[in-house]
Amino acid sequence: MSEVRYTDQHEWIRLDGDEATVGITKYAAESLGDVVFVEVPSVGKTVAAGGEAAVVESVKAASDIYAPAGGTVSAANEVLSSEPSKVNDDPEGEGWFFKLKGVSSEEFGKLMDADAYGKFVESL
Amino acid sequence: MSMNNQGRPTAIDGIDSRRRTVAPGTVAPEELTTISGDRGLDHEEKLIFELDHGATGVDIPDVQVSGDRLGGMRRAGPIGLPGLSEPEVVRHYVRLSRMNYAIDSGLYPLGSCTMKHNPRLNEKMARLPGFGDLHPLAPQSTTQGGLALIAQLMNWLEKLTGMPAVAMSPKAGAHGELCGLLAIRAAIAARGEKRTRVLVPESAHGTNPATAAFAGFTVDSVPGKPDGRVDADALKAKLGPDVAAIMLTNPNTCGLFEGEIVDIAKAVHDAGAYFYCDGANFTAIAGRVRPGDLGVDAMHINLHKTFSTPHGGGGPGAGPVVLSERLAAFAPLPLLVADGQGLRLIEDMAGAPQGAKPFGRMCAFHGQMGMFVRALAYMLSHGRDGVRQASEDAVLSANYILASLKDVMSAPFGDDGPCMHEALFDDSFLEDTGVTTLDFAKAMIDEGYHPMTMYFPLVVHGAMLIEPTESESKESVDRFIHVLRELALEAKAGKTERFAGAPRLTPRRRLDETAAARKPVLRWKKPEPAAKEAKEAAE
Amino acid sequence: MRYLPLTPDDRRAMLAKIGAPDVDALYRDVPASANVGLSVFDLPDTQGEMEVERALSKLAAKNVAAGAVPFFCGAGAYKHHVPASVDHLIQRSEFLTSYTPYQPEIAQGTLQYLFEFQTQVALLTGMEVANASLYDGSTATAEAVMMAQRVTRRGKAILSGGLHPHYAETVETVAGLEGKMVRTPVTPGVAEDIIALIDEDTACVVVQSPDVFGLIRDLRPIAEAAHAKGALLVVVVTEAVSMGLLESPGAQGADIVAAEGQSIGNGLNFGGPYVGLFATREKLLRQMPGRLTGETVDVEGRRGFVLTLSTREQHIRREKATSNICTNSGLCTLAFTIHLSLLGEEGLTRLARLNHAKASALATRLSALPGVDLVTPAFFNEFTIRLPVAAAPLVDALAQQGVIAGVPASRLMPHEPQAANLLIVAATECVSDEDADALVRAIEGALA
Repeated sequence: MSEVRYTDQHEWIRLDGDEATVGITKYAAESLGDVVFVEVPSVGKTVAAGGEAAVVESVKAASDIYAPAGGTVSAANEVLSSEPSKVNDDPEGEGWFFKLKGVSSEEFGKLMDADAYGKFVESL
Repeated sequence: MSMNNQGRPTAIDGIDSRRRTVAPGTVAPEELTTISGDRGLDHEEKLIFELDHGATGVDIPDVQVSGDRLGGMRRAGPIGLPGLSEPEVVRHYVRLSRMNYAIDSGLYPLGSCTMKHNPRLNEKMARLPGFGDLHPLAPQSTTQGGLALIAQLMNWLEKLTGMPAVAMSPKAGAHGELCGLLAIRAAIAARGEKRTRVLVPESAHGTNPATAAFAGFTVDSVPGKPDGRVDADALKAKLGPDVAAIMLTNPNTCGLFEGEIVDIAKAVHDAGAYFYCDGANFTAIAGRVRPGDLGVDAMHINLHKTFSTPHGGGGPGAGPVVLSERLAAFAPLPLLVADGQGLRLIEDMAGAPQGAKPFGRMCAFHGQMGMFVRALAYMLSHGRDGVRQASEDAVLSANYILASLKDVMSAPFGDDGPCMHEALFDDSFLEDTGVTTLDFAKAMIDEGYHPMTMYFPLVVHGAMLIEPTESESKESVDRFIHVLRELALEAKAGKTERFAGAPRLTPRRRLDETAAARKPVLRWKKPEPAAKEAKEAAE
Repeated sequence: MRYLPLTPDDRRAMLAKIGAPDVDALYRDVPASANVGLSVFDLPDTQGEMEVERALSKLAAKNVAAGAVPFFCGAGAYKHHVPASVDHLIQRSEFLTSYTPYQPEIAQGTLQYLFEFQTQVALLTGMEVANASLYDGSTATAEAVMMAQRVTRRGKAILSGGLHPHYAETVETVAGLEGKMVRTPVTPGVAEDIIALIDEDTACVVVQSPDVFGLIRDLRPIAEAAHAKGALLVVVVTEAVSMGLLESPGAQGADIVAAEGQSIGNGLNFGGPYVGLFATREKLLRQMPGRLTGETVDVEGRRGFVLTLSTREQHIRREKATSNICTNSGLCTLAFTIHLSLLGEEGLTRLARLNHAKASALATRLSALPGVDLVTPAFFNEFTIRLPVAAAPLVDALAQQGVIAGVPASRLMPHEPQAANLLIVAATECVSDEDADALVRAIEGALA
C-alpha cells in the first residue's frame, strides 16, 4: 500500500513501506519544458526536509529539487543523467529522482495529498 | 517588359523584378533548388577543420632546434590544426561574417545592451602603434602617453559621474560589479564590522545576484511596485546592521528612473550600508545626471554600452568603477599617481600612497587599454554637450517608440510616466493569439530586424525591451514602428502564419537547443572513418 | 554632432507625438537636486574628427611602441607579428558591431567561429573541452581556482612561486574569499618542491609553464601527486605560442588549463583587451565558467550552432551561477582563431621553433657577457639572466638609449631581494639580428 504526497515546490513523494520515492510533478515537468540535465544525489547522503537534494535543468531554466522530507538517500535514478527526457515523458513514474529511507511519518503526514495539491496548482 | 530610362531591361529571364511574377517555364525563387547548395550571395560554409588540406597561410622559415634547452618537454605528437592558405582563410571568415546581423547593417533594439553606432575613428585611434603596440610592462618613462590617456579618461568618468575616484582595471560590467562589492567588503572590514547581506531588486540583471554571491554575500531580493520601480518601503524595511549594500540599477531594467533614489541612498547610508549602482543604463543620463548627486558609492560603467566601444560579438568589454569618498581608498591595484617625474603606476601594496588600502588586484596589468582609447575618442568627439545630446536623443527615441506602439502593444508601465532610454512591453497584447513573445521576435527577424531583448526583465510576463539608442534617424525609427505595428495588428487579427515557424529567410531557421544541451557537442572531431584511416596509415 | 542623426525638426516632431513640451519633461522623474545643467561639467565641448585624431595621436607619440625599437619585454604579454588579414577581418562590421549571439538564426557567423575556436583551444591545450573564452589569462586562472574549489568542495589552493605575480594576486583577491591561498617560495630558474605541500584539504595546485622567469616545468609528477590527494592540477600558460613546441598541459595531466591567448592574433594594447583560454576535462564540463557554443540542427535538419549549457550562467542561475561572467572576449577570440587558422599546424610549429631559436641564440650571447648568468636552463622564447648590477635602473638607462631590454623581475616582485638583479628577456620572431646585436652591445656597454 503506497501513499503519495506533494509539496508546494512541486515535488511528489511516495512512501512504500520504509522507503520513499521522490520526483517532480507533471505540472513541474510541463512548466520546465524539455529537461536536458538532471543531477541526482549520491547514495548515502543525508538530506533534511526542504534541503537541496537534486538539480533539474531545461534549456532556459535550472531548478533545485528539495527533499520533501528528511532522510538518507537509498537510491538515485542514474538513468536520468543519460536520458533526462524521462522526466518529461513520465515524471511521476520512470522519471523519479531518488529514494529516501528513514522518512518520519510525521513529516510525511504534513505534506499535501493529491486533492490539496490539485487545488494548489489550480490556484497558481 | 519594363524598361528603365537607360533602356536596359529590368527583368531577367521573364521574371519581373518588381512584381516577382513567375513566367511560365521558369522557377520561383523559393522553389529553386541549387546544385551547389548555396543561394546567390548566401553561401554555406564548412568548418575550418573540414577545409584542411595541409596548406599554410604564413611564410615562416623552417628552423630546426636541438631541444637541449626544452627541459625534455618537447611536444611528442601533432596538434591537429587545419592548414589553409591566406585566400582560403579570408574567404572562410568573410563568408561567416555574412551570416551575422550587425548595427552597421540595421537597427539593433536590444534593451539593456545599448547597441549604438561604433565610430571608426575609435578603431583607428586604438590601432595607433603608440597605443596598440605598447607593452604593459615597458619602462614607465616610455609609456607616459598611455598613462596620460588613462588619466584623461579617469577625469571624464569622474566628472560625468560626480565621483572622486575610479578603478580602471575591471574588464567588463560584471567584473566591475565584483570590484565594487570587494571595495565595499574591504571598507566594512576596515570598520571592524561584519555585514553579510546584499539587497537586490527582483528586476535586477542576473549578474547582480551572481556577483553578490561570488563576493561572499547572501542575496536578499527586494520586490518591485506596480509602477515598475523598486518598493522603497520594502527596501528600507530590510535594512539592518547585517546589510552590506544594495545593488540598484538606475535607470532600472524596466527602463524607468528610480525617483526615490536619493531617499533610498540616505536610508542605506543611515543603516551603515553602501549603495552600489549598476551603471548599465548610464547612457540615458550621461551629461544630465551625476550618480554622485544621487548618493551612489560605487558604479561600473560599461564602456561598450554608454561609450560606444564595439560589442564584437560578445566582448571585449570594459567596466571601470567610479567610487565615492567612502570607498576610494580601497580601489584595487594598480593605482595611477602623478609625481615630479610625471605619471606613475603603483603596482604593489607597499608602494601605495598614504591612506590607500587597495583590496587586491582584479587582473594582470592595467585594464582594457584598447577600450579606453576608443571610449576617450568617443568622449572627445561628443564633448560634454554631445554626450548630453546623445542621452537626450536616446531617451527621446525610446519615448517616441513607446508613444507610437502602446495602443497596439501592451506597455505595463506606459502610463507611469516617461521611460528613459528603453521602452518595455509585455505579452498581454498577444493573449489568446497563440503567438508568443519568442514568435513575435522571430518574425521581426524575417522583417530584417534584430529582435529586442526578450523575457527580461523577469518582473513582467513575456517582456520585450526595446532600446533604439541615439544612433537611429527618425526615418529609421518610423519604419521600425511601422513594422512592429503591422506585426502586432496581424497577430491580434489572428493572421499568425508569419509567426509560426519564423524566421524563414535566415541562413538557419530555429535551432534545436534541447538537443544541443542534452548531448553537448562542443568541438569538432575528426569523423570516425577518417580517424580510422589516419590511424591505419600511421601504422 | 556627426554621430547623431536627429535634427531639431525631428526632435520637435517626436516630442509632439509623445505629448511632451520639451526633453526636460522626459526627465521629470529625476529629483530636482540631481537634474544638473551642462555648465557643471568641467569638460570640453564637441570636436571634429580631425581634432580628436590630432589630440590622441599626440598622446600616442609620447609612447615607445614595441615595433619601433629593439624590444625584449614579455612577462605575460608578447610582441608577435600579426598578419594583416587578421586585423582586416575582425573589423568587418558583421563581426565588430554585432552582439553576443543570443539570436542564433542571425548569428551563425559568430557561433561557428566560436565553435572552431573551442576546438582549436582544446587541441592546443590537449584538453577535451574549452569554452568560448574569458577576459584574459589572469582572470581565467582565478576562475580555474574557483572551479577547482567547487569540484573538490575544498578551499585551499597552492600557487607556485613561478606563477606570474599579477596572476597570483588576482587569484588571491577573488578565490581567496573561499579558502586559503598558499604561495610557494620564489625560486628563479629552479622548480620548487610544491608536491610536499599538497594535502587532503587542497583543491588545486596552480603551476605556470613556462613560468614567469621563462622556465619550462615538468608537470607530470605534480599532476600525479595532486591526483593522489584528490586535488586538481591547474596549468597556466601565458605564452600561447609555446604550446606549438612544448608538450601540451593536457598530455601532462592538467585538469584545467588557464591561458593567455594574446600572443596569437592580438596586439599588446598596453595590457588589454586580451583573451583568456579555458579548457578542462569533459567530466568537469558542468562546473566550467563562461559561454559555450554547441552544435545542433535547425528545423530543416541543417547543421547549426547555438550557445548552450547556459543554465550554468548568471542570467539563469543568478546567485547560484558558476561565475558572474557575462561577456567573453569576442573580438579577441576572433583574432586568435583567424591567426591560428592562418598559421595552421605547420605555421604554428615553425613559429614556435623560430621563437625558441631566437631566444636560445640571444641567451647564449648574453650569458657570455662577463658577470651575466643564464638563470633558466630550459625555456621557450623567454629567459632570465642575472646581472652583476640591479636590473631596473639598467633597463631605465637602456630605454634612454632606445633599447627596451626586458622586464626587471623587481617590477613584478619588489619584495624579493633575490629578484633585484634579474632581468626577464623575451625574444620572439620579431627580434631581428640587428635588434639582438643592439641589446648585447647595450648591456655590454652598460656593464663595462
